[in-house]
Amino acid sequence: MPSTVNPHRGVADVPKTPVSVAPGLLDEVPRLRTKDLLSIADLSADEILLILDTAEAMKEVGTRSIKKVPALRGRTVLNLFFEASTRTRTSFEVAQKRLSADTVNIAANGSSVAKGETLADTVLNLEAMAPDMIVVRHASAGAGHLVGRLCKARVINAGDGMHEHPTQALLDALTIRERKGKIAGLKVSIIGDLLHSRVLRSNVLLLRLLGADVCVCGPATMMLPGMSRLGVRVTNSIDEAVEGADVIMLLRIQLERMDGYFFPSRREYFRLFGMTPERLSRAETDAIIMHPGPLNRGVEIASEVADGPYSVILDQVANGVAVRMAVLYLLAGGVQ
Amino acid sequence: MGWLCGWRCSTCWRVECSKRTLREQVSENRRTLLRGGRVVDPVNGLDERIDVLIEAGCVASIGDQAQHQGDAAVVNVPGGAVICPGFIDMHAHLREPGHEYKETVATGVAAAVAGGFTAVACMPNTRPVNDDAGVTQLILAKADAAGLARVYPVGAVTRGQAGEQLAEIGELHAAGCVAVSDDGKSVANALVMRRALEYASMFDMPVIDHCEDAVLVGDGVAHEGYHAGVLGLRGWPAAAEEIVVERDIALSELTGSPVHLAHLSTRGALRAVRAGKERGVAVTCEVTPHHLTLTDEQLATYDTNHKTNPPLRELADVAALVEGLRDGTIDCIATDHAPHHYDEKQAEFDRAPFGVIGLETALSVCLDRLVHAGHVTLGRLVEVLSVNPARILGVPGGALTVGAPADITVLAPDLPVTVNARTFRSLGRNTPFDGWSLRGGVMATIVGGRTAYVNEAVADARVFTGVR
Ligand SMILES: [Zn+2]
Ligand SMILES: [Zn+2]
Repeated sequence: MPSTVNPHRGVADVPKTPVSVAPGLLDEVPRLRTKDLLSIADLSADEILLILDTAEAMKEVGTRSIKKVPALRGRTVLNLFFEASTRTRTSFEVAQKRLSADTVNIAANGSSVAKGETLADTVLNLEAMAPDMIVVRHASAGAGHLVGRLCKARVINAGDGMHEHPTQALLDALTIRERKGKIAGLKVSIIGDLLHSRVLRSNVLLLRLLGADVCVCGPATMMLPGMSRLGVRVTNSIDEAVEGADVIMLLRIQLERMDGYFFPSRREYFRLFGMTPERLSRAETDAIIMHPGPLNRGVEIASEVADGPYSVILDQVANGVAVRMAVLYLLAGGVQ
Repeated sequence: MGWLCGWRCSTCWRVECSKRTLREQVSENRRTLLRGGRVVDPVNGLDERIDVLIEAGCVASIGDQAQHQGDAAVVNVPGGAVICPGFIDMHAHLREPGHEYKETVATGVAAAVAGGFTAVACMPNTRPVNDDAGVTQLILAKADAAGLARVYPVGAVTRGQAGEQLAEIGELHAAGCVAVSDDGKSVANALVMRRALEYASMFDMPVIDHCEDAVLVGDGVAHEGYHAGVLGLRGWPAAAEEIVVERDIALSELTGSPVHLAHLSTRGALRAVRAGKERGVAVTCEVTPHHLTLTDEQLATYDTNHKTNPPLRELADVAALVEGLRDGTIDCIATDHAPHHYDEKQAEFDRAPFGVIGLETALSVCLDRLVHAGHVTLGRLVEVLSVNPARILGVPGGALTVGAPADITVLAPDLPVTVNARTFRSLGRNTPFDGWSLRGGVMATIVGGRTAYVNEAVADARVFTGVR
C-alpha cells in the first residue's frame, strides 16, 4: 500500500564530499542503507559490525585532550525528547558535540507539545527549519516511524515506547565485544521485565543477527507472546537462565508495574528474579553483568553485583557516546 | 402493486412512519423493465437471466409476466451485470449528530450507495448519543433530506451508552430504531445485558453487542500476539472478545431473546457461536471485510489505518472467519464503517482512534477476496449482505419478491477496480485498502425503484441512469 511505505526508505544516497573523522581512518565514507534508524531490523549484520568498528575509532576521540572532530560541522541535529531522559539525551548530545554538529535540544514540556500540538505538527514545524537529523524519544511505539514518514531529515530512534532502543543494543554489543572479543556463539541471558522493555527487543534482534545464543527470562506476566519465534530460549527460572551464561543483561523493572498486577511486591520480585552473588556463581567464571540503567538496587540487582568486578555498567555508559557518534556519522554520510 | 409499499416511509420503510409517504408517490405508476439481467436472489431460488419489472418503487413482477408491460421504460441490462436484492450494511457509523467533521448522514449515505448498499444501519455512539427519540428523528430527517440510501438508526441500549440505566427502548422503537446497541463498547454489566435482551424482545428488536471485556483489554491497541509483541504495541487479547461472546450467548439462552454479535474477529468467538447455534440459541453474528482479509502482520509500519476495534487478528483467525462464512456460522458481512478525520489518524499508533471505513470498498474486497478466490458463491454473498441483515433487523429487502421495495444492487463482478481513497464520497480517508487492485465492483444502486448511484467508470452502467 503506497500510503504506508516510507518514501525515503532504502534510498541509497551517495555522499559527494567524503568527510574524515580522524585522518586516514576512514578513507571512503561508508554509510548505512537505511534513511532512518528506527529498529535494529533496519540494519544488516555487516552494517552493525561497521557501526561497532566505527565506534571503536570514535572512542579514540574521547581519549584526546581536545575531544572534537569536524565530521558533522555545519550539520544540524535536533534532539526531540518527549520523555524525560537525562542519560540518553546527554549521551546523544555529547556525541553530537564531539562531531561538531549544531545541536538543539527540544524537551516536550518546554515546547508547544505541552500546549496540545500534535506530534505531526511539531515535527512538520521542525522540519521546516531543515535539520539534517532528528533524534526522537517518545512514549509511543512507532513514533519514530511517523516522524520518519513526515521528514526528509534522518531519524534516529532513541527509544519509542515498548518498541525499540537501537543505539542501546549497539552500545551493549560494543561492550560485549570489547570484553569477550566476539559476539557469535556467546551465551547471553536477558532477565527482567521483557514485555515492557525496548532494550530487550533491540538486543534480541541484534544478538540473534550476530549469532549469539540468547536466553530470556522473566515473570510469566511479562513475556512477549510467541517470543520463541525470535530464536531465543524462554524461561521463568533465573537459575536456568544464569547457568553457564557469558553475558547477563538485567532489565529495569518499573515499580508501578505492581499496579497492573504484573508482580506482587518488590520483595518477591527480588527473591525470584533479583541478581545476587549466589546466583551469579552459576554463570561462567568470567561472565559480565550489564544493565541499561537506571538501577533499582535491591529489586532487579543486588548492590554487591552492580558494584562488583564483573559489572560493566559504567563501560556501557562510556560506549554509549562512541556508538552514538558512529551512528550519527554513518547516517550523516548519506546526507547530501 | 404500488399501494403495497406506497404507505411506507421512503427512508426507514416502516409502515408506522406515515409522515414520509409523499416521496414514494412521486414514482407511482412509473414502470421500468430491467431486461435480461442475471438475477441472483437466494430467497426466491433465482440465479438466471430473467426480467424484473419495477412499478411505483416496488418489484411488480419477475420473469415472463414482466415482459408484457408494453408501456414500461426498458433497461437492457448489460451482459456482465448481476442484479441482486439491495445490500444492507447493518453496522456503520455515520457520526451525525456531533462529529460532522468525520462524516455526516448525507456523505455517509452517498458513500453507501456508491458502495452498492441500498440501506445502512447507523450506530448510536454520536454526540449526543442516540438514546432518545429526538436524536433518532434528527438522523431520519437528515437521511430523508439526502434521499439516497435508507437509514435504519440503531438506538443505545443504555442511557448515554454509560452501561447503567436502560435507554427508553420503547420510545426509540417508536421513533424508528430497528435495534439497540452500545457499540463502541460492550454492555459490561451482565445484569443490564440480561434486562436489555428481555426488554428489547418486546419490540422484536435485537440487541447488538460489541464484544470486548474492557478491563482485560486495558489500553490494548493491537491483537495480543507475536506481532504486537515485537512492535511494542499493547495487546488486545482474543479472550477479551470471547469472554463476552460466551456470556452473551449464555444470556440469550437464558432469556430466549435474540442477540446479535457485532464484528467478530477470533476463531474462539466463532467456535462459541457455532456451538450456540447448534443448541438452538437465537444468536447471530457479523464480520467485517477487513477482519476477513487482513492480519496483524500488516501493523509493521504502524499505519493507523490498520488500527481497528476489535484489532486485526492472526492468519488462523482469518481462515476461521472465512470458514464460518462458508458454513453459515456467520450471518452477515457488515462494514463497521468508522470514519475519522485524517488529523486524528495521523498520530502515534496508540493515540490514534480505532476504526476504518468500509462502505465504498466492502463489495470489491468481498468479490475479489471471497467470491473470486473461491471461498463463497455469489449467492452466499447476497445472503450475508442482503438476506440476513434484512431478517435480523426486521426490515424490508433481502429478496426481489413481488411487492417488495425495488432496492437493487447491480454488480459488475469482473470490473477491475483500483481503490483510491481520494475519490471517496465518505469524508473519511481511513481505509487500509487504498491502492489495492481488486476484481469486482458496483455498476448501479437502485433504491425504491430509483437510481441512487451509477458507476461512471463503467460505460455500460449508463443504461441505469434513467431508472426512477
Ligand atoms: Zn464495535
Ligand atoms: Zn462499530
